[in-house]
Order: sequence, then C-alpha cells, then structure tokens
Amino acid sequence: MAGTNPSPSEYIQHHLQNLTYGNHPEHGWSLAHSAQEAADMGFWAIHLDTMGWSIGLGLIFLCLFRKVAKSATTGVPSGLQNFVELMVEFVDQSVRETFHGRSRLIAPLSLTIFCWIFLMNLMDLIPVDWLPGVAAKVGEMFGADPAHVFFKVVPSTDINATLGMSLSVFALIIFYSIRVKGLKGFLAELTLHPFNTPNKLAQIALIPVNFLLEFVTLIAKPISLALRLFGNMYAGELIFILISLVGIWQLPLHFPWAVFHILVITLQAFIFMMLTIVYLSMASEDH
Amino acid sequence: MNLNLTLIGQAIAFAVFVYFCMKYVWPPVTQALAERQKKIADGLDAASRATRDLELAQEKATETLRESKDEAARIIEQTHKRSNQMIEEARETARAEGERLVAQARAEISQEINQAKDELRGQVAALAVVGAERILESSIDEAKHRELIDKLAAEL
Repeated sequence: MAGTNPSPSEYIQHHLQNLTYGNHPEHGWSLAHSAQEAADMGFWAIHLDTMGWSIGLGLIFLCLFRKVAKSATTGVPSGLQNFVELMVEFVDQSVRETFHGRSRLIAPLSLTIFCWIFLMNLMDLIPVDWLPGVAAKVGEMFGADPAHVFFKVVPSTDINATLGMSLSVFALIIFYSIRVKGLKGFLAELTLHPFNTPNKLAQIALIPVNFLLEFVTLIAKPISLALRLFGNMYAGELIFILISLVGIWQLPLHFPWAVFHILVITLQAFIFMMLTIVYLSMASEDH
Repeated sequence: MNLNLTLIGQAIAFAVFVYFCMKYVWPPVTQALAERQKKIADGLDAASRATRDLELAQEKATETLRESKDEAARIIEQTHKRSNQMIEEARETARAEGERLVAQARAEISQEINQAKDELRGQVAALAVVGAERILESSIDEAKHRELIDKLAAEL
C-alpha cells in the first residue's frame, strides 16, 4: 500500500486515479500530484498508465500474432500457431455468421478488438497492489512522493480507453452507412423512420421527432459499447480493491472473484466484438 | 474519470493496431488456413478414391480367382475324359489284337491238322499197299491199283 497507512477511502481513491500528465493551469505541463490537479488539467492531459499498458498489450498481441502469421505453415501447426488459428477461426466464424456483406476490414477489426480488450481486461487479474507498488518504488527512486504516484494498470477501467475504441467503431458505423446507403440514404434513415406517412406535409412535421429518436438510437451505440465495458471492468476492479482491503482474509475472497472474473473479462471482450460486428452489419445493410 | 487526450490517443492506437492486423496478421493466417483446408480436402478425396480403387481391385481379384478355378476344373475334367478315352481305345486295340492272334493260331492249327491228315493219308495208302502186297505175296501192278487205293485213302 502506498503512503503511510491511508484510510480505506484514500486507498481506494489512490488506486482509481490514473497517472496523468498534462497542462495544469498553474504548474504547466507536469504530472498531476492529486486527483484535483488531474481534474484541473481538463482535456489537455494524458493518462500515461492507460496509454502505456494498452499500447504495450496491443504490441504483445500484434507481435505474437505477426510472428505466427510470418511462419504460418499449411502443414501440421505447432502450439502457438494452433492457438492463433483457433482465435482467427473463432473470430472469422463469428463475423461470417453475423456480417453478411463483404469487407476486408471487419474480421481483422474484430480480432483486434477481442484480443486487445481481452488482454487489457486480463490485467485485472494481477493483484491490485503489485504493479502500483512497483510504480511507487520506481517513483520514489526518481524522488517523487510515493503517495502521489498513481498507477492504474487496467486500461479498460479508464473511460477514455473504452470510449476511444467505441468512437472509432462509431466512425466506422457512419462510414459504412454512408458508403452503402449514400449520404441521402443515411439521412433518410435518420429522419424518415420510425414514423412515416404518405402525406408530405405530415412527414416534414414528423422529421424532428424521427430524428430525435433515431439520433438517440445511433448515439446510444458507442456510448453503451464504451460504458458497458468500462462499467464492468471498473466494478470488478473496485471489488478487487475492496477485497484487498481486508488484510489476510483477502485470499479466500480473492480467489473465487478472480475465477469469476476470468469469465467476465472474456465475456466483455466477446460482447464488445460481437456488438461491433452487429452494428457494422446493421450499418451496411440496405433496408 | 476525466475525458482527456487519452481518448484520442487510444483511438489512434486502436486504428493503428487494426490497420496492422488487417495488413500483416489476418491475410497470412487465413491464407494458411484456407490452403490447409484445401490440402486436407484433397487428402480425403485421394483417400476415398484409393478406397474405391481397392474395392475395384478386390472385386477384380475375386473375379480372376473364380475364373481360374473354373478353368482348372474344366481342364481336369477334360483330362479325365481324355484318359478314359485312351483307356477305352487301348482296351479296344488289345481286344482286336487278341482276336487276331487267336484267329491266326486257329488257322495255323487247322493247317497243321490238314497237313497231318495228308501225311497220314499218304502213309495209310503206303501201308495198305505194303499190307496188300504182303497178303497177296505177289506183285500187283502198282499203277493199276494206285487209283483204287487213292480213292480209298480219300475216304478216310
């Protein structure tokens, strides 16, 4: 635990604070020393831990898969190739079942989403004090107060990470909608459903209502996608932190929750992937 | 929980990862998978073809075996027939030869009998003449009585 015997609420808050580097109104570009400072930085700040871990995990995923892809043989596959082929086939099948269009992007996109989110979620299973403890020691070596060294290892408990992905998916939804239906078709879909009438005048009057409904539907997609993953991971991480507060008794509690969490992290990665495929498939289907 | 630059950073990282995955990971793996699938399909095809060939060959072998058995039986039967025929022929020849020999022997025998009869006749005639000579003690004209004696001898 960082610092000298923090209270439980301090401990929890410390664990849920990102290592933020940004433009503080008073201190300029610097690391935030408290949650308040981080909040003061506003938009022009970056979570170093989230970025570092997510990019690192993404690179692990890509290096692993690239290594296999480079030496992929058509003969009898070896251990790692087996695993990679299993993943690829699993994703390929999911895409094929749901997405009926032809796209070279969807399947690799889904594979990346699944593996990357799975790896990011997997960080949840590392005991909550280990990596922040190491970070505090490293920070101490560089002369920082360990109580101010924040370190959140699970990138998917950062709303920025999940929202970053879901907004990219959202951009793809709009891109596919416009590509398949044309700009006019896309706008028509937004404004002429679900209420439509043959009467032209009544139809024009209904446009704002339709647009309101359809726009909420559209915007709900990336928001729900991001918040579902974030909420699940955040809650899971919070429970891990709470469990770690009870001292030695955390062992019998930590184990079942970790086992259950293995299911949750896989499921959340799968749900994010499936919903992405479903949304893109809906976007590229012409009614 | 603050929305900040991390959002954009994550989106960029995500885009780069997806691009890399699409460009350098997905195609080789799926290609390898497709090729292996084709190879396995070919292999299974060849296996089923080989099974069919084997079945055909077995059928053919059975057929050939059956034919050769028939042929062998036919040859054996023919041989039997031929040997029987030869035995029959040999028997026939032997019988004819035997009959011929018997007939020849018979002819010889009858010829010898006739010869012996002739000799006997001659001797009887001479004996009769000698006897008559002795009885009569006189010389009889041999030429005169010869005819008579011969007639007598022929009656024997």
